[in-house]
Amino acid sequence: MRHLLSATDLDAKEAMLVLDTAAELATLTDRSVKKLPTLRGRTVVNLFFEDSTRTRISFEIAAKRLSADVINFAAKGSSVSKGESLKDTALTLEAMGADAVVIRHPASGAPHRLANAGWIHGSVINAGDGTHEHPTQALLDAYTLRERLRQGSGDLDGLRVTIVGDVLHSRVARSNVLLLSTLGADVTLVAPPTLLPKGVETWPCAFTYDIDSVLPTTDAVMMLRVQGERMQAAYFPSAREYSRRYGLDRERMGRLPQHAIVMHPGPMNRGMEISADVADDDRSVMVDQVTNGVSVRMAVLYLMLGGSAESSA
Amino acid sequence: MSGLIVTGVRPLGGDPVDIVMEGDLIVDIVGPGQGAAHVAGSQVLDGTGLIALPGLVDLHTHLREPGREDAETVATGARAAALGGYTAVFAMANTDPVADTAGVVEQVWRLGRESGLVDVHPVGAVTVGLMGTHLAELGAMATSAAQVRVFSDDGKCVWDAALMRRALEYVKAFDGVIAQHAQEPRLTEGAQMNEGALSGVLGLIGWPAVAEESIIARDVLLAHHVGSRLHVCHVSTAGSVDIIRWAKARGINVTAEVTPHHLLLTEELVRSYDPVFKVNPPLRRAEDVEALREGLADGTIDIVATDHAPHAHEDKDCEWGAASFGMLGLQTALSVVIDTMVNSGRMDWAGVADRMSVAPARIGRATRHGGSLQIGSIAHVTLVDPTQMWTVQPTELASKSRNTPYAGMQLPGRVVHVVKDGRPTVRDGALVLDSAVAGSRS
Amino acid sequence: MDAALTSGQARTVLDENDIARAITRIAHEIVERNKGISGLVLLGIPSRGLPLAARISAQLERIDGGAVPLGSLDITMYRDDLRLRPARALEPTDIPARGVEGATVVLVDDVLYSGRTIRAALDAVSDFGRPRAIQLAVLVDRGHRELPIRPDFVGKNLPTSTDEKVAVRLREVDGFDGVTIMGGVA
Repeated sequence: MRHLLSATDLDAKEAMLVLDTAAELATLTDRSVKKLPTLRGRTVVNLFFEDSTRTRISFEIAAKRLSADVINFAAKGSSVSKGESLKDTALTLEAMGADAVVIRHPASGAPHRLANAGWIHGSVINAGDGTHEHPTQALLDAYTLRERLRQGSGDLDGLRVTIVGDVLHSRVARSNVLLLSTLGADVTLVAPPTLLPKGVETWPCAFTYDIDSVLPTTDAVMMLRVQGERMQAAYFPSAREYSRRYGLDRERMGRLPQHAIVMHPGPMNRGMEISADVADDDRSVMVDQVTNGVSVRMAVLYLMLGGSAESSA
Repeated sequence: MSGLIVTGVRPLGGDPVDIVMEGDLIVDIVGPGQGAAHVAGSQVLDGTGLIALPGLVDLHTHLREPGREDAETVATGARAAALGGYTAVFAMANTDPVADTAGVVEQVWRLGRESGLVDVHPVGAVTVGLMGTHLAELGAMATSAAQVRVFSDDGKCVWDAALMRRALEYVKAFDGVIAQHAQEPRLTEGAQMNEGALSGVLGLIGWPAVAEESIIARDVLLAHHVGSRLHVCHVSTAGSVDIIRWAKARGINVTAEVTPHHLLLTEELVRSYDPVFKVNPPLRRAEDVEALREGLADGTIDIVATDHAPHAHEDKDCEWGAASFGMLGLQTALSVVIDTMVNSGRMDWAGVADRMSVAPARIGRATRHGGSLQIGSIAHVTLVDPTQMWTVQPTELASKSRNTPYAGMQLPGRVVHVVKDGRPTVRDGALVLDSAVAGSRS
Repeated sequence: MDAALTSGQARTVLDENDIARAITRIAHEIVERNKGISGLVLLGIPSRGLPLAARISAQLERIDGGAVPLGSLDITMYRDDLRLRPARALEPTDIPARGVEGATVVLVDDVLYSGRTIRAALDAVSDFGRPRAIQLAVLVDRGHRELPIRPDFVGKNLPTSTDEKVAVRLREVDGFDGVTIMGGVA
């Protein structure tokens, strides 16, 4: 693959190749020399126009473990004049010889522009663009689901995944719906009507406004971050009403099947979409998600940069 | 004063004739080949195989001067207009400073006269600074040298119902018309593209059809209530066409325009996230395109207006969210209409003449334009070869800007000659820039 | 039936029994050279090095009575020719719990040719620790070394020309045992 801009860039076979590769690379953490020489001499640039220490560090560790050189470029998109920020930065990176650019940007479609505008020749990895997609998050979520609920191999056929929260503004939700359905899972979205996008009935998943109706028959619950500011735009009346109707608390945890796990892409709004004690429960796998993020990102970087440059589709 | 003869042309697709012009009038129309006998020393334009239309009139153009001369000037916009077959354009008021006083509209009017290639009719703002709160001095603009008759806050909507009512009433005194940019602001905050299944997938804030339709519905009822005429800019949805059809059936004095791009392009192009397709109102669904074509064919939509919106390179060469809204349109309008309406059999040349010349001139009260091609008419003639295909190359367009959505596309119909006031402004597809016609500004 | 055996001029150079004898002999040589099995770690290089290593390990146990730690070492990430083809899928790497520190590592592969695979394997092993020694056991040595690499234990020396293809088939992977040479100038 030349670029990873959307979860739809991967079919089932390609997605499982990423997961299988990540599984092999996960063993690296147990070695004394946590390094492979594979991307030696390659330059990976982290181009982050949004604050995100967690994701940036995850990509940085992944690249460095493959012996790539890493350059971190943190730009606040809003303080730089319109337009010049992305294109001029891209031209600078091209001059520096970046083999891959990992980009996080507040504008949906910014990675597409970077990949197609002719500004750079390297590969582009979307680390989150506006409310559009976050493909490596979906990959690490799929990896976590597979590890915990499918003994770490194969696809996710028939796995019942419920995603709860502000789907309308969530790039994590979009990428997950796409990737999980590619891998055969049955996805259900739960949110108030105001937080589901127009046209959600055309998405490859089910949806409901009632969280309690789906919890008893779900294998994994993925809680999305809900920002309190959405109240001001009348998406829901109050934080209290939101958490009462859609929050995951101890009582709702009790209605989950024994084997079910709880996921969250982070950062969490403890008390809003998830209560503190649920966040720290054994069945909550957020820490695993972070660990798996490094392996998955190593796999993506290896598959994109570790071989010859393929012609893009 | 020399004369001008156009030979062998087919007016509105009819039988070939020679059109003889003297001064700024059509003085005779004779059989093909007989025109040469007329006036010795006349210029001759070979019109063999060409369709003759009355000079096109664009009721909705952005010339960007004053304020954004980096994107376009009256002079460069006029060149693009002439090459597109236009002899008159109405220049929208969202300049910097806004055209909300007699002073600014006269400045634009004067720049148009200097260029000489098209008649520039400035549009006056409805509200001061386009802020939507206070009426601008509409009367002063109407009596100025620019003789403004069309008033619009285009770019923004006159959203305050009370203020829209007052504006509709006020302009009756001088036969003015309010041209509304229908966009309920509260339903379109931060909007980037048509709201629908695609906007949900692409993660872009949607611009719902109801934000346009609800304003049009309100405004046609207001126009009816106060007995005014209303013009609706760039209609883009099937629902809007239905509302206008309903209003006309009840005798409400409303007219409407559609852009060429809304006749051809859909929101599917937004998947590329290429900001050349970012426009306000946004590109919509195939069903909307179909309804607009039907509406233009049956007259529910009265005119084609380009909404030519040039933007400097850096305002489009960026990520979608940071890009400006708008597309070029003057040089490609007739070709798009030929492609979508004539070649598909929905409209004949008489229809094209009506929608692109007669009706816009009438709505804008441009009395010297939109005439028929008859003896005694003012000599504004556009001659087009409908069969010739051409490829749109952004760098070859006359506009100062490059933001055309048709880059690389092959379109039918080449404007070969354009005559304005009896003198050629375009000959053999090239501008005629002599000192008597053109200004010195580049 | 294997296409390599049915098409062209494939000729069998080792049959099932030859292979079994070769493995037995290699196992004896390993014991002799190392004076027993203590401190040995067998690492098979995927994919066909794995079943070979398993068979050798079984033989060593038959000869000496004790079990030799057995693992796999995927060298994909250490190859020097990565950029010549699209990125390859990884094979399993599974180092025995005892690790390689201070051990005598015996790498096991099916065919030794240019030596580049073994060069990569040496780098890979070094990232796990510092063995006392590294030895190499191969079923077939077909010559044409491009690097200064030499095997310690060889099942069969097979002089070949570079336009010939050597195919090793093993029961655990391919359903039957056999080594064939195919192609070359008629």
